Amino acid sequence: MSFYNLIKKWEDFDFEGYFSKVSCEDIKRTLQKDKLEELDLLNLLSPQARNFLEEIAKKSCAVTRQHFGNIISLYIPLYVSNYCTNHCIYCGFNKENKIVRKHLSLEEVEKELIAISKTGMSHIILLTGEAKGLIDINYLKGIVEKATKYFPSVSIEVLPLETEDYQVLKQSGLDGLTVYQEVYDEEIYDQVHISGGKKNYRFRLDTPERGGKAGLRNINIAPLFGLGEIKKEAFFAGLHLRYLTDKYLNTEFGISLPRINNAEGGFRAFHKMDDAAFIQVMMAYRLFQPKAGITVSTRESHEFRNNIMPLGVTKFSAGSKTGVGGYAEKDLSTCQFEISDKSSIEDTENAIRERGFQPVYKDWHTI
Amino acid sequence: MNNKLVLGGHVFQSRLLTGTGKFSDKNLIEPMLDSSNSQIITMALRRIDFKNPKENILNYIPKNVTLLPNTSGARTAEEAIKIARIAREAGCGDFIKIEIINDMKYLMPDNQETIKATKVLADEGFVVLPYMMPDLIAAKKLEDAGAAAVMPLGAPIGSNRGLETRALIEMLNDNKRVPIIVDAGIGKPSHAAEAMEMGCDAVLVNTAIATAYDPVKMGRAFSLAVEAGREAHLAKMAEEKKYASASSPLTGFLFRGEEK
Repeated sequence: MSFYNLIKKWEDFDFEGYFSKVSCEDIKRTLQKDKLEELDLLNLLSPQARNFLEEIAKKSCAVTRQHFGNIISLYIPLYVSNYCTNHCIYCGFNKENKIVRKHLSLEEVEKELIAISKTGMSHIILLTGEAKGLIDINYLKGIVEKATKYFPSVSIEVLPLETEDYQVLKQSGLDGLTVYQEVYDEEIYDQVHISGGKKNYRFRLDTPERGGKAGLRNINIAPLFGLGEIKKEAFFAGLHLRYLTDKYLNTEFGISLPRINNAEGGFRAFHKMDDAAFIQVMMAYRLFQPKAGITVSTRESHEFRNNIMPLGVTKFSAGSKTGVGGYAEKDLSTCQFEISDKSSIEDTENAIRERGFQPVYKDWHTI
Repeated sequence: MNNKLVLGGHVFQSRLLTGTGKFSDKNLIEPMLDSSNSQIITMALRRIDFKNPKENILNYIPKNVTLLPNTSGARTAEEAIKIARIAREAGCGDFIKIEIINDMKYLMPDNQETIKATKVLADEGFVVLPYMMPDLIAAKKLEDAGAAAVMPLGAPIGSNRGLETRALIEMLNDNKRVPIIVDAGIGKPSHAAEAMEMGCDAVLVNTAIATAYDPVKMGRAFSLAVEAGREAHLAKMAEEKKYASASSPLTGFLFRGEEK
């Protein structure tokens, strides 16, 4: 069974009808429970739950501290190529955008890796666009192998691959995979992905599953908030997280909360996710899957990231650049999205300490 | 009766083992060790950043405390063995706590893989302390494999739920050849005292101390609880009675004729 079958089961469910009936008592009952069911997740995502954010926060804070302690793990992204053969209307790298393109050779990648490793960061994620002919398994294998020379833990966020490809990359030292569904609503998915390999909804949906089959250690999923209706997208991503966690016991699944900001190309979100909604969704995930890692990137502002530290998040990116390269060589290419938190790694670390948390740079060493 | 904890020939006064994980600030570790009198501290090798002195946890632990590197993050015996060897090469000593978890949902240890890793590492001269799911047969196999102690979980890791596996740990206690150290699940000092009262040899507490609002004070609280529980065990507590004992014996009539 694929997660697709599970989504289909909810096809006739009246979400708006359910939300309209959620009572304060329902929310309180959900907050009393240790093990949340699907309807509990809906209760926490309901409009009424917005009036309970403080109560939810108290529990979310306690649960996070219990399972993760007072820590925030750190990672850094390296974009190695922004060439793309997809046309996704929300993405700054989409092929229709007239932007400065760049593709790093293995030698250039290595230079960037050396520069980043000097910053003290230990966990790196390598990102590319989806460019047929330019980015293939050999190139990916090449960059992963280079990265493992300098970093104890290496993840990728690239085009969806086959199980065998993930196995090849795992052999090369790959630790983690991030793949965002972008939008769980199949119709909207079809509308925003005009052309290119990414148009294939099912293939993308089953990607984390293929990573699990290949035995990758960590897999991160997410919707890109702003494309589909927020509550529903958050709900299906939560179900996806649970489905994967239950099915692939040997892989650690986590979830991110990217929300649309002003990417190149001027795309405006269909559904705006405000700060309260962001926090509501994040805390709902924490209570629904207490042991799941939650990632918040530099898409969010420094101040906002400071404020949400006790509420459920466990992982931050820091010192990020979202153009291609840019750590060793000055980067002239266009960024995928605008970074809000432009703080240095040191400033991020200080902010974490000031809030009573310990920054964790190294949490695994591929052996 | 010897009131000292002996692990692989090393003698310890304190029966409270602590950990370095989950603290808000690494500088809290030293005062916590002071207040708790803990002589053994476990740390995840995966988190040790040897290249970065400020981040290297080893620089925050006083030299007279025994390091107990653990293999957390290992999902197979093979990975645990590799981590143990790296720890020894890095100068962390011969103690190793084996932790092999390949169930990310409940975080339960894999006893079979743990037995395999214990055998290999004990043969290589490590003082092996395996974290395990309390199971008598597995505990016996760990002893046979050369474990210096057996570390059953009291409740799921980080759950703070106490001795939910009490009945199983009792079996381990009744049949032990090496010390039993309860690891995981101990959420408050009374849980630690309970483990010691029932005859366990030591407890390992990390989350409950590290995530307390005052970890230093909580370290001391656990130290007192462990000591109290141990004393109680040695004092041979009066047996707990499940029913009231009648003041005039129910079978007294049988011997009535013999009364003087």
